[in-house]
Amino acid sequence: MNEPIKKVSIIVSKGTLDGIYPGLIMANGARMEGIEATLFFTFFGLHAVIDKKMDKIKVATVGNPAMCVPSAMGPGLPTWMGAIPGMSWFATGMMKKEMEKLDIPPVREFITMIHDAGCEIYGCKATVDMFHLSKKDFCPEVDDVISVGQFYEKSAGAQIIFT
Amino acid sequence: MATKEYAGKLLELDADGNLKNISDWNEDIAKAIAVEEEIPALTERHWAVINYMRKEYSEKGDAPSIRKLTKESGVDTKELYSLFPKGPAKKAARIAGLPKPKGCI
Repeated sequence: MNEPIKKVSIIVSKGTLDGIYPGLIMANGARMEGIEATLFFTFFGLHAVIDKKMDKIKVATVGNPAMCVPSAMGPGLPTWMGAIPGMSWFATGMMKKEMEKLDIPPVREFITMIHDAGCEIYGCKATVDMFHLSKKDFCPEVDDVISVGQFYEKSAGAQIIFT
Repeated sequence: MATKEYAGKLLELDADGNLKNISDWNEDIAKAIAVEEEIPALTERHWAVINYMRKEYSEKGDAPSIRKLTKESGVDTKELYSLFPKGPAKKAARIAGLPKPKGCI
């Protein structure tokens, strides 16, 4: 039998709803299985932990050829229609309703839940500097802002997953 | 079919090592499985989780998600992880005599 996974280090680099949730679900799932987990947010992925942004995460309706209406097996949404004001807001609302049915929490609640489950949460220093952010812009669950070098140190013995 | 003796009874287990027949379960069996899961003594707080999970399972046919469990059992996420270290949902379900939870959350 193969050696079970003991530790994962998950990088979230995208700031859309569909860019953020897979990493959160994987981190939470790891903790549920008793696997050590670390979450590292970089680039637009940081929006998931920026206090003023994390409640406004949306799904992209432009530049997303897999976007179908009204559900996954429906016809594709033409790009120009995706650009209609309010479209992203509408699609996000639909998706959130489906997620709530599956008991998938909103981003803020999910981050608290994952942190309470013992997962460490970090922000990427390069992005923080580039976006002119500071620790106070983040939700309290962010343990620290760290460099890529520190990220690798903290990931010792872990499987690194980039999302 | 795998079988194992818990609290003096020879019981059938499923592929995950959980009880095959939910009706085989009793509190002494729960205590014996807990010891195997490195929880030497079940406190009142452990029982709050176990009893809630059994109730949910009997009503819905699957163990509750961690989110639902923490909202409705009165045991929060931090406490849940300290009561059942290394895999709360999986361990609590096993001790409660239920199959491994199917949900992702």
